[in-house]
Amino acid sequence: MTDDPKAPGRKGVSRRGFLTSVGTGALSAVAASRIEAEPTERAELLEGEELSKVTLILNGRSRQLLVEPRWSLAHVLREELGLTGTKVGCDRGECGACTVLVNDVPRYACLMLAVEAEGARIETVEGLMEGEKLGHTQQAFVEKDALQCGYCTSGQIMAVDGMLRSSPNPSLDEIRQGVSGNLCRCGAYAHIFAAAERAAELKREGGAS
Amino acid sequence: MTLDRERPYWLEGIDLPDTPSQDEDIEPWDETKVVGKPLPRVDAYERVSGSAVYSADVVLPRMLYAAILRCPYPHAEVKSVDTGAAEKLPGVRAVLSAFSPEDAATRPHSEFIRERLFNTHCRYEGETVAAVAAETPYDAWDAVRAIEVEYERLPFVSDEREALEPDAPLVHDAGNRVAEPSTYERGDVEAGFAQADVVLEQEYRSECEIHTPMEPHGAVAKWDGDQLTVWESTQGVFNVQSGVASALGMQFSKVRVIGHYMGGGFGSKLSSGKYTVIAALLAKKTARPVKCVLTREETFLAVGNRPPSNMRLKAGVKRDGTLTAMQFWGTGTGGAYRAGGTSLLDWLVRDLYTCPNAKTETTDIYINAGPARPFRAPGHPQCAWALEQMMDALAVEIGMDPIELRLKNIPAYSQAREGNPPYTTTGLKECLEEGARSFGWTEARERSSAASADGPMRRGVGVASCLWPYGMGSPPATAIVKLYSDGTVNLNTGAADIGTGTKTVLAMVVAEELGVDPGEVQIENADTGTTQFAGASGGSMTVPSEAPTVRAAAIDVKHQLLELAAEEMNVAVSTLYLKDGKVQSTADPEVEREPSSLRSLGRRRMLTGVGHRAPNPAGKVVNPFAAQFCEVEVNIRTGEVNVLRFLGAHDSGRVMSLLTYKNQVVGGITMGIGFGMTEARVLDGDQTGKMVNKNWHDYKLPTALDVPPEVECVPVDPGDREANNTGAKGIGEPATIPTAAAVANAVFHATGVRMTGTPINPSRLVEALAAQRGE
Repeated sequence: MTDDPKAPGRKGVSRRGFLTSVGTGALSAVAASRIEAEPTERAELLEGEELSKVTLILNGRSRQLLVEPRWSLAHVLREELGLTGTKVGCDRGECGACTVLVNDVPRYACLMLAVEAEGARIETVEGLMEGEKLGHTQQAFVEKDALQCGYCTSGQIMAVDGMLRSSPNPSLDEIRQGVSGNLCRCGAYAHIFAAAERAAELKREGGAS
Repeated sequence: MTLDRERPYWLEGIDLPDTPSQDEDIEPWDETKVVGKPLPRVDAYERVSGSAVYSADVVLPRMLYAAILRCPYPHAEVKSVDTGAAEKLPGVRAVLSAFSPEDAATRPHSEFIRERLFNTHCRYEGETVAAVAAETPYDAWDAVRAIEVEYERLPFVSDEREALEPDAPLVHDAGNRVAEPSTYERGDVEAGFAQADVVLEQEYRSECEIHTPMEPHGAVAKWDGDQLTVWESTQGVFNVQSGVASALGMQFSKVRVIGHYMGGGFGSKLSSGKYTVIAALLAKKTARPVKCVLTREETFLAVGNRPPSNMRLKAGVKRDGTLTAMQFWGTGTGGAYRAGGTSLLDWLVRDLYTCPNAKTETTDIYINAGPARPFRAPGHPQCAWALEQMMDALAVEIGMDPIELRLKNIPAYSQAREGNPPYTTTGLKECLEEGARSFGWTEARERSSAASADGPMRRGVGVASCLWPYGMGSPPATAIVKLYSDGTVNLNTGAADIGTGTKTVLAMVVAEELGVDPGEVQIENADTGTTQFAGASGGSMTVPSEAPTVRAAAIDVKHQLLELAAEEMNVAVSTLYLKDGKVQSTADPEVEREPSSLRSLGRRRMLTGVGHRAPNPAGKVVNPFAAQFCEVEVNIRTGEVNVLRFLGAHDSGRVMSLLTYKNQVVGGITMGIGFGMTEARVLDGDQTGKMVNKNWHDYKLPTALDVPPEVECVPVDPGDREANNTGAKGIGEPATIPTAAAVANAVFHATGVRMTGTPINPSRLVEALAAQRGE
């Protein structure tokens, strides 16, 4: 991990370079969020209502849109683009309901500005579908009844899917760590662990997706 | 309090219709083909694909976003509200407060609003002061921050244990006692204690727990002229309809409430909230749809909690395990308004175990904090925390296994209800025995008792049991099952599926009767405009209320189909029956007709079956029972407790849907671990009176790392043929009642330390362990 987040260049560009270089894995995600928490010295001050152009690679398609610099990625996905599979439970990085994959790494979309996601590959729960067919992780959640109210479920699914991309054969401990950033108030954790194991199995049998 | 005469807690202030009783008696099933099987949820696809639209997901054309300004102080008088600067901000479309020109519009009245929508006398942190509608949530919050409010701060009281002292600040002028203490008595407790060989007395406390469902409370409101449509995250659309109609002085027929998907409630979403009315008023004022979804912080302050409980329990037992007397004192607080601060707090002491002499007294007290709302088995996890630890302690004193002590005191009838009505079934004995067998109780208990005392790790096992005085279901409820001419089926019910699997259970009931695939049953539910009446999904009442109703509707449509077939086939209807979705004949095994092949059905296009919920059996009580077992490992140096495994043995009657039943047990145990080990509202009583942990970082919910990786579920079905025509009783609430007490008993078994206060977290436990060592 050699990228210096304070290196010259506007945040969108430097961030893209940074994100693509960190690769996958929970450790990288932790490190990335720690570095991002530091203030960006060269950030331009913009008026709240001034709109910025941003390009997202959203579920495999490039999307250009105008956003307020302060809008979170979660807000843009849900309220501007109608991708309401991504849920907001706390809007402050505590519950994980808004978890999406950013360049294959699970991230809280409420803690990421849309402008920060410039050029990044964003995947939401809708992006795991193959047309009308459920993806492997989604299918595993159905089979193991790994949900109740379903409001945390998209985030749980994205956390599991992201974990399986970096660790295709996780141990039970890895699974529990992998979803420990995702609260489930209905308390279906035991079923979520089983679903993660089943998802790993389905992915091994059925290839990517 | 007599339980049967009072309206259940989740129906307080709600007008209910009467439904006609079902014409015929329907016998419970003997064997089932679909019901009870581990089939996937019928709406799992929607919930995992992201296609389910929850209320917070609703996005309408031209929709605005609301934000609410809340009082930052526990007790204050609002002197003035200046919204001028806020109204001038970009994107802001409306601002309302108690000082708005539309004052009358902000004075709607309804039970749940308490005083005024925007209250100038704020008795708790989080009371609503003003609200904004703007083009984006960001604009709305800018405007909230720009509103200038002048408050006069008033003295406050944050702890119900101090609120009755003579110099305590008053929450209401009439005093901080909500009402005279509520009392109950049977037999003679003094005589009972005199007969006992051992009498123990102990104080217990449980901390305030906050529901915090994953989807925050909220609503989207849209007007079409004088007609209002509300999409609300709710357990009961009909309760929201009557609440909003009464608050705004509207006819029910002008208020349509839709709640197809909702992200958890646990009792806190049984009726509408101020946010519903705020969304409606802002939408009216701006002539645009308005979404009002609370922030997480607001859900900690203003939309309910499980009250903290202070309990003292005195109990006497003979050496042979016979309970002779129990006496209970409890205080609690529902916050700044009457909100059931001690609701059902003493019920388990009164009714769980056979005991001839019992006396209880509970006192509800006001403090300056957000009002309580019903929370998954009100009063019961608290009472179990006291009673089940007391049973454990009594067992130790008389040298008896705690399961044996419980087995000696299993009641066959309800002692606390007038006339001592018998239970239709009491599966507690089987729960204890079959649970203990599956858990390996005897071996695990001996193993941990004999474990070497070297090193800091200690193991222990614990058990606790419960009943739940509701969970029987009841009228009124109506459902419709429609049979299309191609043989497929539509089910119409007003019940909300709050994640418990209601829709799945009901589809399985239809499938059982009509031989269709449960996944192919089209379901309309939870919409006051289009679906039949169902009570709010609460009290573990939904399946036992709705499943018999839906079954009656399916049988009604089946009878109509057989009548048509008999006429068309020119045979006696009594010779026909439906099997695997086909009309067959007792007279001629060769006869087999697909419903879709009946010309008369084709001409009718659709058959409509109606079902009503029959009354409960007269003079009897239908209650679920349970026993839960756990094994823990305690580090006596750090106070950390690792819950290694859990087992829930439940008599909730017939298992209707095995996967969702098990999920309720898993979830109830997880929530009980939170109540017992991690969760507590912390009010800064000494300085500001504010809640200091109003977020999920500081208020700890159990995470994936705090629960045992496997939770075993042992369903016990005593074959209840009287309960209702399905034999099902509720499971949601009993699944969480005994959990925390079982953990406390296991910690005692491991360490010899009795943790009488929740939560059993490392700092509290390490302190107690140090005290035990005399440090």
